Amino acid sequence: MSDTARSAGFWKRNQLKIAPWAFLAPGAIMFLLYVLIPIVQSVWISFHDWDGLGDKVWIGLGNYVELLDDDTFYVALKNNLIWLALYLLAIPMGLATALFLNQTVWGIRLYKSLFFFPFVISQVVVGLMFTWFYAPDFGLFSQLIKWLTGTEIAVLADERFVTLGIIVAGLWPQTAYCMILYLTGLNNLNPEQIEAARMDNARGWRLLWHVILPQLAPATFIAMVVTVIGALRSFDLVSIMTAGGPYGSSQVLSYFMYEQALSEYGYRMGYGAAIAVVLFLIMMVFITLFIVRMIAQERNR
Amino acid sequence: MTKFKALAGLALSALLMGSAAFAGEIVINSDHSDPAPKKAMEELIADFQAKHPDITVKWNNFDHEGYKAAIRNFLTADPPDVAAWYAGNRMAPFVGAGLFEDVSDVWASNGLDEQLKSSAASMTIDGKKWGVPYTYYQWGIYYRADIFAEQGITPPKTWAELLAASEKLKAAGITPFAIGTKALWPTGGWFDYLNLRVNGYEFHMELTSGKVPYTDPRVKAVFEKWAELVSPGYFLENHAAIDWQDAIPQMVQGKAAMYLMGNFAVATMKDGGLTEDQIGFMQFPEITPGIPMAEDAPTDTFHIPSGAKNKEDAKVFLAYLASPEAQAKMNATLGQLPVNNQAAKPSDKFLDAGFTMLSNAYALAQFYDRDADAEMAKAGMEGFQEFMVKPDQIDRILERLEKVRAKVYK
Repeated sequence: MSDTARSAGFWKRNQLKIAPWAFLAPGAIMFLLYVLIPIVQSVWISFHDWDGLGDKVWIGLGNYVELLDDDTFYVALKNNLIWLALYLLAIPMGLATALFLNQTVWGIRLYKSLFFFPFVISQVVVGLMFTWFYAPDFGLFSQLIKWLTGTEIAVLADERFVTLGIIVAGLWPQTAYCMILYLTGLNNLNPEQIEAARMDNARGWRLLWHVILPQLAPATFIAMVVTVIGALRSFDLVSIMTAGGPYGSSQVLSYFMYEQALSEYGYRMGYGAAIAVVLFLIMMVFITLFIVRMIAQERNR
Repeated sequence: MTKFKALAGLALSALLMGSAAFAGEIVINSDHSDPAPKKAMEELIADFQAKHPDITVKWNNFDHEGYKAAIRNFLTADPPDVAAWYAGNRMAPFVGAGLFEDVSDVWASNGLDEQLKSSAASMTIDGKKWGVPYTYYQWGIYYRADIFAEQGITPPKTWAELLAASEKLKAAGITPFAIGTKALWPTGGWFDYLNLRVNGYEFHMELTSGKVPYTDPRVKAVFEKWAELVSPGYFLENHAAIDWQDAIPQMVQGKAAMYLMGNFAVATMKDGGLTEDQIGFMQFPEITPGIPMAEDAPTDTFHIPSGAKNKEDAKVFLAYLASPEAQAKMNATLGQLPVNNQAAKPSDKFLDAGFTMLSNAYALAQFYDRDADAEMAKAGMEGFQEFMVKPDQIDRILERLEKVRAKVYK
């Protein structure tokens, strides 16, 4: 009897200390197992020459040195920057659509769903649709260009346009995503502030810029985070639409990594891991910025 | 002898245990996901079971593309008793990693060294045989026989004749060559044939095994020949945007007249509406006079993983797979050529032409992406594709390929 009493006493005494850890444990263990440990493993593998089957051979920074001398790496890096810059267009485009759809007319729910539709369908399907859209000879887009200019452009076979073509395909679902973020943001606007602004004769752009946008800041922040990360890990569309071609000109880091490490022509695990580490470091820059901002905001509260 | 022992052992143990479940079971993993290969496999397994009722076959059929990634996992994690793969350099990584079993004894005890002679070289690494080939197919130029007749062209036998025919077709508003390079590998066929005809088989093998730099003048010479077709626009425009099948309609509609392809393209051409009489087949013409004609003939194979649980019965299966009857029947369904030279000759017009061509071939190459190291093949075919779009960039492309070669074959 006294034993159970004592153990109950232990629980009572330490309940406040243990409970938060107990609740954190499942998430923390998952995070450790599926995020932190794999990151460390990737970094570890990136110092080796390994085909995934045989023995790992330690080559130190060899993979990174090779990467710095690899033309494809610079093509991929450049394309990732283009992705990053142009993908951000999804935010103003999403905002515009959201503002346009934020009205009460009959059937607006249907319109909203239709605009949201591209985000619901799989990226693979989006990629296939745009591939056909751009296809020479029978694609709608190439027919249109032919009708307008008289010459045919095979977007996905032309190194000048291929990355832009894929980004446009990516913007379609991403705009829908940003739109839905803004639509929820617009629902939470403070009507009193808007009314006050209207009384002060603010309307149109000035109302949007000075009154509505500041209130949408949380939505903008989230839209920014998902878009930047989406741009950096762009993979599905590149894989479906061009597989990095023609001759590697639409390569991006994530696809390059996959190709080197896991594709039919790859199985260079160490080299792929090195690319992954570089991509991780680039992402860390943005993630750190976002986290710093979030912490600063919470302090101000 | 081993076969007999295995069977005797099995019969004995089955007797002792008195249980049917104990009879030998072999697990086969393969990538026969397309309709014809699937049917061929089903027939093969059914016939094998009829002949060896004591061995149960469990067959896992994988998607063709997914298999290439899957095999790496299952060979280490959960090896089957028999696995499908490819000959030549493609099997080298698995042989090197000790994941395939040496099956030289199956070859020796079944007289395969003689019957499968044409593929013996591509199945040998370090003097040992690592699998059994069961099918291959020819590559060559398929052409619209009716268009050739209309334009008064006879199938070219030399490079000069090919250029003249191309010029004539182009003048008539017909693109001489259909091709779709989106998936890269169709460019490999062109490089193989040009190199085999300009420099010959030995040089091609030296190049694909990394012994010759890509900046070698002999490699440059190949691209000079290629440029004679690329620069005047003898290939389909926008080929980098389309897959090989997407180029077939151009041929069906009579907008293109020739296609350097594997024999599998015939089925697609027929599906597109061409009749057998409209399609002709010719060997890739001679370029450097006097060089013996070698051909591309990619070979599909079966192997025993070194981690297999039932190697004895797996060897019985490989021996059956190698037999003339099994190969003849299987390839009749596949629409391809049996490797076994004792197998009955195919009745199909194109296969017959291929059979004759390959039996007289000086040597057989597997295909650029099977002969060359995987990483080199990828970079190489990307270079070929770029060359077909920007032929004036050849020096820069070859320098890049040389850089990759130096890296891959350290």
